[in-house]
Amino acid sequence: MDTTDRDIINDLQGGFPLSERPYAEAAARLGLTEDELIRRLDDLLEKGALTRFAPMYHAERLGGALTLAAMKIPADEFERVAGIVNGFPEVAHNYAREHEFNMWFVLATETPQRINEVIGEIEKATGYRVYNMPKLEEFFVGLRFEA
Amino acid sequence: MSAATALRGQPADTAPALDALDRRIIVATQEGLPRVSRPYHAIAEQLGVSAGEVMARLQCMLDSGVIRRIGAVPNHYLLGYKANGMSVWNVPDERIRELGQKIGALDFVSHCYHRPRHLPGWPYNLFAMVHGRDRPEVEAKVAQIAELLGAADHGHTVLYSTRILKKTGLRIS
Repeated sequence: MDTTDRDIINDLQGGFPLSERPYAEAAARLGLTEDELIRRLDDLLEKGALTRFAPMYHAERLGGALTLAAMKIPADEFERVAGIVNGFPEVAHNYAREHEFNMWFVLATETPQRINEVIGEIEKATGYRVYNMPKLEEFFVGLRFEA
Repeated sequence: MSAATALRGQPADTAPALDALDRRIIVATQEGLPRVSRPYHAIAEQLGVSAGEVMARLQCMLDSGVIRRIGAVPNHYLLGYKANGMSVWNVPDERIRELGQKIGALDFVSHCYHRPRHLPGWPYNLFAMVHGRDRPEVEAKVAQIAELLGAADHGHTVLYSTRILKKTGLRIS
């Protein structure tokens, strides 16, 4: 990754134009040609430095529901329970974390009612309590990763 | 609509009406924009509508917040941000909005949410995801948050992720 790649990553985390030739416009801002920008984006995606180049959709505003949930699982049960939890298609991400609450996952469902149903199903399938921690409010987020 | 109920009726998070064409545009673009000279024309052609219609719909979804932004999503691990600490804070409920906005505005905080406590085991009501190149960098940033909160910090901890057990994107079909 060279300085041009870094400029692209730093400049293009938002604000990609909605216009006939958006890559040409964004490229001009960066002092590149349209072809060069497209080629470099392809390359960054290929290398995995970018996971996507796309509109970021806001899940709840699409009518679905999201929540964060946590579980406290004894070490010798962890792999078994992780397998069961990951088997639910509604589990989008699941992370092991260093804490008594050691399993943290995001549930994404088509409807808000389904969140509670899935939580009940996971509790029944695993035998452990699921602590539901839905977001009550989201605060302004200022982060842009500097490459 | 239903999503509003899940979010306790916060008006800012009510789901705007999306029609079938909006949904087709979402499905066609959520994994990536075509990297061709006229990407919106390419999507329009695929969906059998005009490029103007595609751009107008996307603009409308941006304005209503259905789209947060359009652009590059960096892989923070590959950029060297290898430590990811979920810092969780016990702060007075009556000050949560003021404090949450302050912390959310810090440039090293990627997500900042008010979430429910589960007493007695889980006293924390404010979550702030902090990214750094390593744990000492995360810890220094957490100390900055603690300083900012001052006496409003009634206890905090940081949960580091040790393993990704599953990661599939959020998808609509």
